Amino acid sequence: MSVDVAVEQLTAKDFASDQDIRWCPGCGDYAILAQVKKVLPELGIPREKIVFVSGIGCSSRFPYYVESYGFHSIHGRALAVATGVKAARPDLNVWVVTGDGDGLSIGGNHLLHAIRRNVDINVLLFNNRIYGLTKGQYSPTSELGKKTKSTPAGSIDFPLHPLSVALAAEATFVARSHDVNIKHLGEVLKRAAAHKGTSFVEIYQNCNIFNDKAFEYATGKDTKADATLILEHGKPLLFGADKKKGIRLNGLNPEVVTLGDGIKEDDLLFHDERAHEPTLAHMLARLYHPEFPEPIGVFRAVEKPTYEEMLDQQVKAAKEAKGVGEIAALFERGDVWTVD
Amino acid sequence: MSSSETGTGAGTATPTAGSTRQVPVKELDHVVVRFAGDSGDGMQLAGTQLTNTSAAVGNDISTLPDFPAEIRAPAGSLAGVSGFQLNFSERMVHTPGDGCDVLVAMNPAALKTNIADLAEGGTVIVNVDAFTKNNLQKAGCDENPLEDGSLSKYAVYKVQIEKLITEATKDTGLGNKAILRTKNFFALGLVYWLYDRPLDTTEGWISTKFAKVPAVAEANLRALRAGFYYGETTEAFQTRYRVNRAVIPPGRYCKLTGNEAVAMGMITAAKLAKKTLFYGSYPITPASDILHELSKHANYDVKTFQAEDEIAAVTSALGAAFAGEFASTGTSGPGVALKGEALGLAVMTELPMVIVNVQRGGPSTGLPTKTEQADLMQAVYGRNGECPIPVIAAATPGDCFWMAIEAFRIAAKYMTPVMFLTDGYLANGAEPWRLPEMSELPDLTVNHPQANGKEFLPYDRDEVNARPWAVPGTKGLEHRIGGLEKANLTGNVSYDPENHESMVRLRAAKVDGIAKDVPPVEIHGDVDADLLVLGWGSTYGAIVSAVDQVRETGKKVASAHIKYLHPFPSNLGDVLRSFKRVVIPEMNMGQLLVMIRSRYLIDAIGFNKIQGKPFRIQEVVDKIEELLEG
Repeated sequence: MSVDVAVEQLTAKDFASDQDIRWCPGCGDYAILAQVKKVLPELGIPREKIVFVSGIGCSSRFPYYVESYGFHSIHGRALAVATGVKAARPDLNVWVVTGDGDGLSIGGNHLLHAIRRNVDINVLLFNNRIYGLTKGQYSPTSELGKKTKSTPAGSIDFPLHPLSVALAAEATFVARSHDVNIKHLGEVLKRAAAHKGTSFVEIYQNCNIFNDKAFEYATGKDTKADATLILEHGKPLLFGADKKKGIRLNGLNPEVVTLGDGIKEDDLLFHDERAHEPTLAHMLARLYHPEFPEPIGVFRAVEKPTYEEMLDQQVKAAKEAKGVGEIAALFERGDVWTVD
Repeated sequence: MSSSETGTGAGTATPTAGSTRQVPVKELDHVVVRFAGDSGDGMQLAGTQLTNTSAAVGNDISTLPDFPAEIRAPAGSLAGVSGFQLNFSERMVHTPGDGCDVLVAMNPAALKTNIADLAEGGTVIVNVDAFTKNNLQKAGCDENPLEDGSLSKYAVYKVQIEKLITEATKDTGLGNKAILRTKNFFALGLVYWLYDRPLDTTEGWISTKFAKVPAVAEANLRALRAGFYYGETTEAFQTRYRVNRAVIPPGRYCKLTGNEAVAMGMITAAKLAKKTLFYGSYPITPASDILHELSKHANYDVKTFQAEDEIAAVTSALGAAFAGEFASTGTSGPGVALKGEALGLAVMTELPMVIVNVQRGGPSTGLPTKTEQADLMQAVYGRNGECPIPVIAAATPGDCFWMAIEAFRIAAKYMTPVMFLTDGYLANGAEPWRLPEMSELPDLTVNHPQANGKEFLPYDRDEVNARPWAVPGTKGLEHRIGGLEKANLTGNVSYDPENHESMVRLRAAKVDGIAKDVPPVEIHGDVDADLLVLGWGSTYGAIVSAVDQVRETGKKVASAHIKYLHPFPSNLGDVLRSFKRVVIPEMNMGQLLVMIRSRYLIDAIGFNKIQGKPFRIQEVVDKIEELLEG
């Protein structure tokens, strides 16, 4: 979109609404909100052109706290509302904030379909592996055996993996970050905002009340180096405090190896976020703690036409073929007869 | 059969051009023709063609297709019978006719399922080639009805349609299967001859439709003409009939089904408001044709979105409404059930949106292809919380156009979702529709607020209690809305008990206020009658026809039709109280009845039919007479 008026330079403060923030003290959502407010002014998009849409859940309170246009909708439906906003008004910059329950359980269907249509929206899925707003039931991403209020004997549901779901729906942009790794999160958000098409970002978010330290392995000072792997396009898959460990392919299976003893960087898998086939991204999305480090960063970023772009193109083509429709012409449906 | 024979006899009749045999022509005031056959026999097409031709010769028309839920039930089976009924008349008609005067039956199953609706003395034209032992068995006939004397009350014409078309098309190069597909045109040609209709409308249609497959065009044309000449040359038919032009208000007309009219109305409304029309919908019978019709009109700034489910259909529309466009969704009862929560969100966020419910037989999947009016209470009451939504309903297929515009007028003016009810009968039925003049269309200009230096209050209200429709992209009016209770004026989230009660009352008052902004209910017939027949929706045609019919016998009766179901027009109570008795025919168990009784404390009488079929005029006549005598 071309903006022919100078965009005034905004700051994070300009994106703070006048509403009191009601998340629990210590909630991971605060850090994510801070990063989003920091990134928004850097996009060069006028504040009035930005729309935040959410569903229901703790994360879905997000739009109230951003000084832009916002729509706090109903449980699971944020993606569908956002699709309507973007289809009707492609000039708007649309963000969706959802959670593991909102986005993958009650709203799972809309997530699949928004992604496959490649609507140009930025989807931030706050994954805390628990239902927080309803006070602590297990969620679609809770691990097997998880004991919660609704599963006193442990969950017997096998969990969903958000990135695998997004990739299966042919997502054109898939990324993951952490609430506490603010620098990394900021970079990922910027990449997501810049991507044309549906950007799907899973954010590991700590619920300190109902599922505290769920991602301690990935964020803890002593563990994160071994438990996570920062993806960089074109670079080998290295991790560990001194970057001596890497991921190598053994047949079709990934394995953790240590450099040295004849194992060189060139033997490792190299990341390619632009690969046409999502095979590598799928494999990376299936690296789970503790067997593997969990990758963070951009898994996949490819180009495809967006839904609203093609929709507009069809309107334009129809106008070119049939002329711009006017009411009088609408009534001339053929087989019109006159009664005198 | 009520066709009065005003016969002028052979002497004064003018033979149709090209007709050589002198056959007497009788004049009738109206004729009801029903085509019935397998769902693959092209009966809808034959009916549509007869409709177009009859409209072109100046008759008033009303049609009703009747097709099975199964797209292709086994050939020859009772379940697979598809029908199309057309009433063409020299007078104004309001329904497709109670029964039929002519039945064209392409096989034993079609004959068996439709013969009960044929008027005594009526004409049956059968494709005798399809009355094989096998087909008789599939239709469950122990005896061949053509031979067992069971059709003695009717004039039966046994025509070897398959043999005749095979002969007529033998050098077109088409295979046997393709040739047999032309039999609907043979039957149509014969009906054209019998009712003195010209072939040119259908000939033109065939030539255009099959321009790319000349052999098929040729075969269909030959079948059509063969049917026509069959009537002329065989001695079997001793009389032809003519239905003269109707006296119709002057103007330009086209034939429109209810679903087409809904689409046209919505496009017109959006154009009048200079807005994009967004239509989010999930395919569902009998509403899908609205989606089809709208998707053909992208050049009118129509954006159709086939959503992944009913909920995405309505919530995407709500997103489009928030974004500032004219938003709508269309479905049938099961879809409305799924959309309920989102309708509550639309009420809470006070965004304009039109929800079309093309009602069908319920509950659950029910009778997808059949008509019913049993979603009225769902429309008025069917949501959680105090959740008032204006509900309006169309009376005729053509009225669907005007009510679609009305739905958007109310939605945008009052910032509210509007439920617009039609039904399967209106959706698929067609009637001549007068093309409106531009001057007849309302002004739907929408004023979106701009920043004016003062604090912006998203839940401030204008003189009709509507909140401002501030759209994204408007600098200085950034605001947040959502499904949580809103604080008055600011729209911020509020759990305050007093605020909640006042907001509930405000939302209700806003919708109630619409009563002052809709036309009053009008009385049709005798204002001094004791009995009022009160209707809503698609029962209009049967009720008005029945009331007129009873009045012609010298008895007094009146009718009134409600197009605004919530809120009711402000004069409705006075109208109802001016009659001693009120009877309410409905295709449900008495839903309007309950609403009227509870609202006005009037001891109204229910008259209910729940068969997936519209009322016959005669049924309403009988009820009126029973009440007048009682």
